[in-house]
Amino acid sequence: MAQVLVVTSGKGGVGKTTTTAALGAALAKTGKSVVVVDFDVGLRNLDLVMGAERRVVFDLVNVIQGDAKLAQALIKDKRLDNLSLLPASQTRDKDALTAEGVAKVMAELKEKFDWVVCDSPAGIERGAQLAMAHADQAVIVTNPEVSSVRDSDRIIGMLDSTTEKAKAGEKMPKHLLLTRYDPARAARGEMLSVDDVLDILSIPLIGIIPESSEVLSASNVGAPVTLAAPESAPAKAYIEAARRLIGEKIDVTVPTEKKGLFDWLFKRGAA
Amino acid sequence: MSFLSSLFQKKSSAPVARDRLQILLAHERTSVGEGKSDLLLQLQKEIMEVIRRHVSVDQDKVQVKLDRGANCSMLEIDIEVPGLTDGKPSGDVKTAEKKAG
Repeated sequence: MAQVLVVTSGKGGVGKTTTTAALGAALAKTGKSVVVVDFDVGLRNLDLVMGAERRVVFDLVNVIQGDAKLAQALIKDKRLDNLSLLPASQTRDKDALTAEGVAKVMAELKEKFDWVVCDSPAGIERGAQLAMAHADQAVIVTNPEVSSVRDSDRIIGMLDSTTEKAKAGEKMPKHLLLTRYDPARAARGEMLSVDDVLDILSIPLIGIIPESSEVLSASNVGAPVTLAAPESAPAKAYIEAARRLIGEKIDVTVPTEKKGLFDWLFKRGAA
Repeated sequence: MSFLSSLFQKKSSAPVARDRLQILLAHERTSVGEGKSDLLLQLQKEIMEVIRRHVSVDQDKVQVKLDRGANCSMLEIDIEVPGLTDGKPSGDVKTAEKKAG
């Protein structure tokens, strides 16, 4: 049975698209067939992060409006055979996505793939609601920062009220993914800690992605970080999160500060 | 870059990012926005119309591939045309479009 996962956050710039690409590729590496779907109509970027921007011919809106078949709009990843992308369109027409159209495309995707990973646009409007409408579960991407936590709380409320699952009276499983976590700053008390965020949002944690230059490098070259630098700390954290999504029981470890010899000596001397 | 720094430094990714963006934006500035149309997509649409005027084409048997480059873009339309009786059960129509950079 196909699983539809929405990657959402409310706030922009917290790492939804990076996360969609990284989790999508990590799920595909476990052998599942995966499609990542960009719902950010007007400002698509998942194609760029996946490195497929030069190959986009048709998009989600073309499929919904009947200008292209789904198979024609799907772009196969060049690195992983079982990973595909359905790009968003660049139209400014807000009503390009219809609820019925999205429902039809999602039903078709569920027949073709094991995992359908939906990259939600920022905000709480129509686009974000359509992205989450057919989800079986949700990953809420949150930065350890007050505005991001507040917006995540709003989104959690929406997941429990506006989705098809919620309307059917079912519970929507939600997972918190903490991104851009800086262990050094958290240790110094400059950043909300993992426990702070978990206390406030009270949904289970699926992973903590440490702040890392590898994430930017990966998007620079157009590859999910889990493919571009699979041995890096953020990639490992994403790969573990993906394994938790498919049901493996792995404890979440909180990244700790990596100390250089200099810091170590200095701290010792100071103490 | 000196020998030592090339040995110890990872190849930086920013130049790759710049190149990718330059190619992408060169296309998008002319094709995305009010009243602008994407030449390659327009071509694809019209080519399909012409072919459909002469033979009935199954939408499922049409593959469109695109590769946007800096100086040259490739639009590849692969159409299975049934019922052509010159010995072949199906034919391929391919087209490539060159764009001056």
